Amino acid sequence: LLRSSQPLPGPNRRRCREDEALLGAVLDEGERGFVIDTRSAQAAKQARMGGGGTEPKAAYPQWRRLHRPLERGRPLQESFARLVEACGDPALSMDRWLARLESSRWLGHVKAALSTACLAAQCMDREEANVLVHGAEGTDTTLLVTALAQVILDPSCRTLAGFQALLEREWIEAGHPFHLRCARSAYSHARLKQEAPLFLLFLDCVWQLSRQFPFSLEFGELLLLTLFDNAYASPYGTFLCNNEKERSLCKVKESTHSLWAWLSQPEEQHKLLNPLYSHNALVIWPSVEPQSIQLWQGLFLRWIRPSQHLEEAWAETRRLVEGN
Amino acid sequence: VENVRLLDRLSSRKAVLGTLYLTATHVIFVENGSETRKETWVLHSQISSIEKQATTATGCPLLIRCKNFQVIQLVIPQERDCHDVYISLIRLTRPVKYEELYCFSFNPKLDKEEREQGWKLVDLTEEYNRMGVPNNYWQICDVNRDYGVCDSYPTEVYVPKSATAHIIVGSSKFRSRRRFPALSYYCKDNNASICRSSQPLSGFSARCLEDEQMLQAIRKANPGSDFIYVVDTRPKLNAMANRAAGKGYENEDNYSNIKFQFIGIENIHVMRNSLQKMLEVCELKSPSMSDFLWGLENSGWLKHIKAIMDAGIFIAKAVAEEGVSVLVHCSDGWDRTAQVCSVASLLLDPYYRTMKGFMVLIEKDWVSFGHKFNHRYGNLDGDPKEISPVIDQFIECVWQLMEQFPCAFEFNERFLIHIQHHIYSCQFGNFLCNSQKERRELKIRERTYSLWAQLWKNRADYLNPLYRSDRNQTQGTLHPQIAPCNFLYKFWSGMYNRFEKGLHPRQSVTDYLMAVKEETQQLEEELEVLEEQLANLQKSQSGDSKVKSKQQNRSKQLGLSTSNNSLANTPQEYSNDLKSFPSRSPSQGDEEDSALILTQDNLKSSDPDLSANSDQESGVEDLSCRSPSGGGCLPSEDSGKDSDEAVFLAG
Repeated sequence: LLRSSQPLPGPNRRRCREDEALLGAVLDEGERGFVIDTRSAQAAKQARMGGGGTEPKAAYPQWRRLHRPLERGRPLQESFARLVEACGDPALSMDRWLARLESSRWLGHVKAALSTACLAAQCMDREEANVLVHGAEGTDTTLLVTALAQVILDPSCRTLAGFQALLEREWIEAGHPFHLRCARSAYSHARLKQEAPLFLLFLDCVWQLSRQFPFSLEFGELLLLTLFDNAYASPYGTFLCNNEKERSLCKVKESTHSLWAWLSQPEEQHKLLNPLYSHNALVIWPSVEPQSIQLWQGLFLRWIRPSQHLEEAWAETRRLVEGN
Repeated sequence: VENVRLLDRLSSRKAVLGTLYLTATHVIFVENGSETRKETWVLHSQISSIEKQATTATGCPLLIRCKNFQVIQLVIPQERDCHDVYISLIRLTRPVKYEELYCFSFNPKLDKEEREQGWKLVDLTEEYNRMGVPNNYWQICDVNRDYGVCDSYPTEVYVPKSATAHIIVGSSKFRSRRRFPALSYYCKDNNASICRSSQPLSGFSARCLEDEQMLQAIRKANPGSDFIYVVDTRPKLNAMANRAAGKGYENEDNYSNIKFQFIGIENIHVMRNSLQKMLEVCELKSPSMSDFLWGLENSGWLKHIKAIMDAGIFIAKAVAEEGVSVLVHCSDGWDRTAQVCSVASLLLDPYYRTMKGFMVLIEKDWVSFGHKFNHRYGNLDGDPKEISPVIDQFIECVWQLMEQFPCAFEFNERFLIHIQHHIYSCQFGNFLCNSQKERRELKIRERTYSLWAQLWKNRADYLNPLYRSDRNQTQGTLHPQIAPCNFLYKFWSGMYNRFEKGLHPRQSVTDYLMAVKEETQQLEEELEVLEEQLANLQKSQSGDSKVKSKQQNRSKQLGLSTSNNSLANTPQEYSNDLKSFPSRSPSQGDEEDSALILTQDNLKSSDPDLSANSDQESGVEDLSCRSPSGGGCLPSEDSGKDSDEAVFLAG
C-alpha cells in the first residue's frame, strides 16, 4: 500500500521518468497495480489545468486508475457543523431529525470512506495487487484511506500499541496538517478555510468497525473520544503543528509531553482497553449498507444523551469478562 | 420443481441451484450440492405476498415476501411450472378454515399432560393476584362469564368494588363493541391503576349514567387521588370525526373529576402504509445513505414508534409519580389501547421485564383482552384492510427500550424476534382467532400447543447476560428520556433485515457473554467442589483419598461465538465496476434462525439429525453444524484459504 500526492503532468502533459521508474519498480513483471484517486474523474482532470492531474495511462501501463471521490475541506466541515447542530436541537420532531441527519450528509461520508478503504483492502487482499492512494495534496483523504485500510487488513493495527503506531505513521508523521484542520471544531461561526474534520471522520470509521466487530479491536470507544479531544485541544504535544518539519523547528519533542506516554500508564490503559478483545488474525470486512452505518452517539450525543445506563452495561460486561 | 435458482438479495449474481417443494404447510427449497444440503423452509402462514415477475432468458422469477420480513427470490426455469407454483401458493397462503393452519398438524411429540402443562404456564389469575387484586378496591367480575356482555373480552375481568353488575352492563351498552372499562394494571404501592376500554358512544351529546358511574368507581378505587386521567390515544381530529358516527370521547363536563387528554397515535391504516414504505426502503438495491434516511423519514415509522412510547411514558408517569389512575381507550380498545397499556406496564413494573413476566403481559393485554390476531396478522384469508403491524410496533418499542436500558430486561433481542415470528407462523395456538371466546370454541388448548412452553424450555437462548435483578435499571420504574430523544430511536435492522446476515455485526456479544457467564458459573461450582474435597482431605489424615475434579468441557465455553463458522466474513461488493472481483454474498448459513423453534429439545447438542423434518420452522437450515462448541463444523464454500472468518476466539 503506497501513498503520495497527485502527479504534476499539468496542461502540457509532462512526463517524469523518475516517477515512472519508481512506480515501475514497485511492480514485478506482468503484475498490475491500482491507483485509487480520491478525487472524482472530473476534479482530477480539472486539476491538470492548475498544474496537477493524474497518471497518464501510457506512462504507467501496469497501473489501473480508480476514482473514488471523497469529500474534504469546506464541505466536510459544513457537514460536521450541520450534524452537531441537528444533534443539539431539542425542539426537533422525529421527522425533522431524520431529515436533518440526512441533509448533513455526514453518514454518507462515513459510508464513502469505509467503502474506499475496503476497496483498497480488497485490491490487496483478494487481488493481491499493489495499491497507490492519492488525492490532491496527499495529506487528507489519502491518509484516511490508507490508515483505515490497514485497520481492516492488519490485525496488529487493531491492538492498542499497533493503533497508536498507525496514527503516528499514517497521520502524524505523514503530515496531516492537524494545526490547520483541527482548529475551532463545529460550534465556531468562523469558517476557516483550511479547517476540515478528516481525522474525526477516520475515528468515526474506526468506531463503525468496532461496532461491527466488537471483539476485534483491542481498544474501546474511550480511546477514540480521547483522540478526538486531543486533536483539537491538548496538554500534550503529539498533535501539534502540521508536519514533522514544523515540530522539529518548534522543538516539540524537547518541550512537550507525549499523549502516548500518558495513555500508556496502567490506570489509563485499563480504561482504554476493550474487555471483549480477542486477537482476530483475519481481515475484517465491514458492511457498508446504510443500515450498518450508525450515528456515533458516543461522540455526537456525548453531552446530550443520558449515559448512565450504557455505562452500567459496560461495567457489567467488564465484570462478566474479567471477573469480580 | 427441479433446477430452481434461489437468488441472493444483495448480490444477484450469486444464485444457488436446487429443488423447490410445496407441502401442505411449507415451501421448502433444498440446495443441490454434495457437502451441505442447505434447506430453506417457509411456512405458508408466514407468506405475505407472492409476485410473479416477467420471464427473462434465465427463467421465470417469483418473489416471495414474508411477514417476518424475509424476502425470497426464486427463478423457475419453465414458465408453466412457475405459474403452477404461483397459483398453488396463492391458495395455500390463503387458508379459509382454521383447521388448515399448521398448529393443528404440528406435532412436537409431547403427551397430553405435557401439552396441558404448557398451556398452564401462564396463568392470569395468578398474575392479578401478584398485582394485588382482588382486594378492598378491586374485585373479580363474572358478569361476562358466558361472554354475554362483551364477546371480545375474557370471562374474568377486574372492576372497582363499587361497580355493580348493573353499572357494568349499563356502561358496556355505552361503549363501542361493549368493551367497558376494566382493569389492566394495578399498582399496589399507591393504588393507582390503568384501566382500558373502547370509545364511548357519546356522539355529540349522549350521556349514560352507568358509564359515568363506572368512571367514578374507578376514581374511588384510588383514595390517593381525587381525579382520573382519561387518555384517548387517537389524534383529536379522528376522535372528533367519530362523534358524527355516534361515538367519540368523554366530555369533561359530564364526567366528574376527569382530566381528558388526547395522545395522537395514528390508526391501523396509516401504520400499515408506514411499514410498507419502510420495507420498500429495505428492498432497495445498493441504496445510498441519503436514499435510506429519506426513505426512513418518509415512512414515518420511527415517528409512530415514538408516539406509542410517549403515550406509555405519560401513563406510567401518571401512575408512578402522580399516583393518579388512568383510563385508556382508542376507538375499539384493542389496538392502540393494547400497545399503550402494555408499554406503560413494562415501564412501571420490573416483573414484566422478566421473561415470564413478558409472556404474562402479552397474554393479559393482547390475548385475553381480545386483540384481533386473526384479522391483524392474517391467520386466515380476510380483509386486507384489517391487516396492520400493531403488535410488531409494541415489540419494537420493547427493543428500543432494551437498547436504551441494556441491563433492564431479563430477555434478549432474539426472544422478541422469535415471538414476532410465531405470531405470524401459526405454529402454536396462542395467537389464533380474535378473542378468548373464539379460541375456546375451537378448543385451541386441546388441539394445539403453547408457544410459551416452547420458549420457556429454551430460555437459555433468550437470556440477557447483562441482566441482574438487583441493578438500578432493573428495579422500579424505567424513565426513558422524553426530550430531546429522537436520536435514541434506531432502525431495527435485526428485525427488518433479519435474514441479511451480512448487515449485522458478525459477532454476537450477547452469546459470548452468556457463554462466559455459564463458564464462570461452572468454574465456580467446580471450585466449590474442590474446596469441599480439600477440606475433607485436610480432616482425614489418610493420603489415600483421591481428589476427583469434574473436568468440564472447556471447549464448550468460548467456542460459542464461532457458531458463525458457516457464516464466513466475506467482503461485500464494494465496487460495482470491477468485474474481476469475486462477488461474494455475505449471507449464508443461519445459526440464529435454525435455532428458531425446532421441536427437538436438543437445540444445543451436537445432534446432527436435524434433517428434513416437518416440525422444523423456516429460515435457512444449516445442517452442518449446530454445536456451540464450534468443533467439527463443515467448512462452507467460503472457508479455506480465502475465508476471512472473523470470529475465532482464543480458547
